[in-house]
Amino acid sequence: MIENIRDKTAIVGIGVVDFSTNMGRTEWYTASQSIKLAAEDAGLKLEEIDALVKNKDDGPDPSYMQKGLGIDNLLYHSETKYGASAMLDAVLAVASGAANYAVYYQTAHRASGPPKSLSEYRVARELKDDMLDLVRYDFYSPFGLIDPPGFVAMNARRYMYAYRTSPQEWGWVPVVLSENAARNRKSVFCKKPVTLNDYLISKMVVDPIRQMDCAPKVDGAVAIIVTTAERAKKLKQKPAIISSVAMGAAPEGQMHTSYGRKNIAELPEMANMAKELFRVAGVKPKHIKAAILDDAFIPYVPMQLEALGFCKKGEGAAFCAGGDRIRVGGDLPLNTSGGAMAEGKFDTARIIEAVRQIRGTSPNQVKNADFVLATSGAGGPADGLILRRS
Amino acid sequence: MVEYNKGIPIMRPFIDQDNQGYWDAVKQHKLVFQRCKTCKTFYQPPRPMCPSCHSQESMEWVPSSGKGIVYSFVNFTTDRMAYPAFKLPYSVVLVEMEEGVRITANTAEIPAEEVYIGMPVEVTFEDLAPDFTLYRFKKRGA
Repeated sequence: MIENIRDKTAIVGIGVVDFSTNMGRTEWYTASQSIKLAAEDAGLKLEEIDALVKNKDDGPDPSYMQKGLGIDNLLYHSETKYGASAMLDAVLAVASGAANYAVYYQTAHRASGPPKSLSEYRVARELKDDMLDLVRYDFYSPFGLIDPPGFVAMNARRYMYAYRTSPQEWGWVPVVLSENAARNRKSVFCKKPVTLNDYLISKMVVDPIRQMDCAPKVDGAVAIIVTTAERAKKLKQKPAIISSVAMGAAPEGQMHTSYGRKNIAELPEMANMAKELFRVAGVKPKHIKAAILDDAFIPYVPMQLEALGFCKKGEGAAFCAGGDRIRVGGDLPLNTSGGAMAEGKFDTARIIEAVRQIRGTSPNQVKNADFVLATSGAGGPADGLILRRS
Repeated sequence: MVEYNKGIPIMRPFIDQDNQGYWDAVKQHKLVFQRCKTCKTFYQPPRPMCPSCHSQESMEWVPSSGKGIVYSFVNFTTDRMAYPAFKLPYSVVLVEMEEGVRITANTAEIPAEEVYIGMPVEVTFEDLAPDFTLYRFKKRGA
């Protein structure tokens, strides 16, 4: 039974190399730096790390990391997709006893690095073999529907139609995120708050998706150390206990393009994940003090609020409208680091911010943040975790 | 409405054994969908097994009526996210076909600002090269 993982493990170290639009180093360098920072944060020696979990798309392989970090042996190593699902890997490795100290790392220099999207490759005519999983999008790409913003716009349009939602409502998400980002001195992108009008007049990239609906590309390197809650007691930091971590899927799914399913104006993977997430944690949405959601595409934020049970189906955009309920001090403060408005498209950064809330070190600290939820993978196989104070 | 800029190739679908029947039919100006002979359910995109009865031998290609209604759509209005082979603006519609499956395509003779959810449309074909045909959707009476 997966309840066995409830409160059994904890995040004991985080390492974040400052986000930027050009780190000016190799991914191997910044990945090593992030893991070193995480070990220092936890009060561990690098040699004590015995498990490495890599985000599949981003960063050097565990074998590179191992030789660079000087780790003699690895009891567990894996590659997995998205932030929170990688966390499940790290948690299972530690909770099962397969390893003692698991590091999950994500390193991606998307702003300064080579192109990674299908359209960039196709335009450059250098489609690589490792891009071949993208051929599954070939029922869309011949029609010029080539990249996630366009895919998501299709879902967003139906979301507007099905529930009479509008960008005037979900546009409050970037407004509130920009306020949070402006108070985060490490914010890369947004330094001062934007207004709803700024959002509405921002460039329409694929109608109905605007520029501010899409997270900017960023260079980043982040590492998270997981061990048992028992070992965490002896380490340097106040542990962020992992109450629950879960993954979810749903019928007729395909990343951002689950166009064959009954209703494309909802995120059933996230809803399935949430059911499991709350069951394992033994808490309810009303217990969550802050939610750090996948904000790579803003229309998915209100859709996640619905899927996670913070409001009823179709009411997510209204929940965000006006901003008061999603600001610090409101019912459910969202993405308190400023999320993508501060740190760009980088899912593991959302988990880091959840840890900061638990530690009490967020740039927009929520009072009594005893339970904090984070998600990743919105629009596809979804995952999430709930952290708690010890 | 879709028009192309010269000199930039349109992305062609990657054809494999699972989807070949679909694209072969398109070349002959026909739209077909995969259906399970046993449980009579239509599936799109094509797949190697019926997800309902789990047979790998029961999938057949069945002609579509070509008619459907717009279930959702997007309009590419700026070059930031558009594929450069396409003249701006262009629409991509997600059409719910009479068979119950949904497919995406560009529009024919429908200006971007006139597309709406619920619009009745039917399929039409255009040969883009001797060995490459695509389909679009044009307006039809309800």
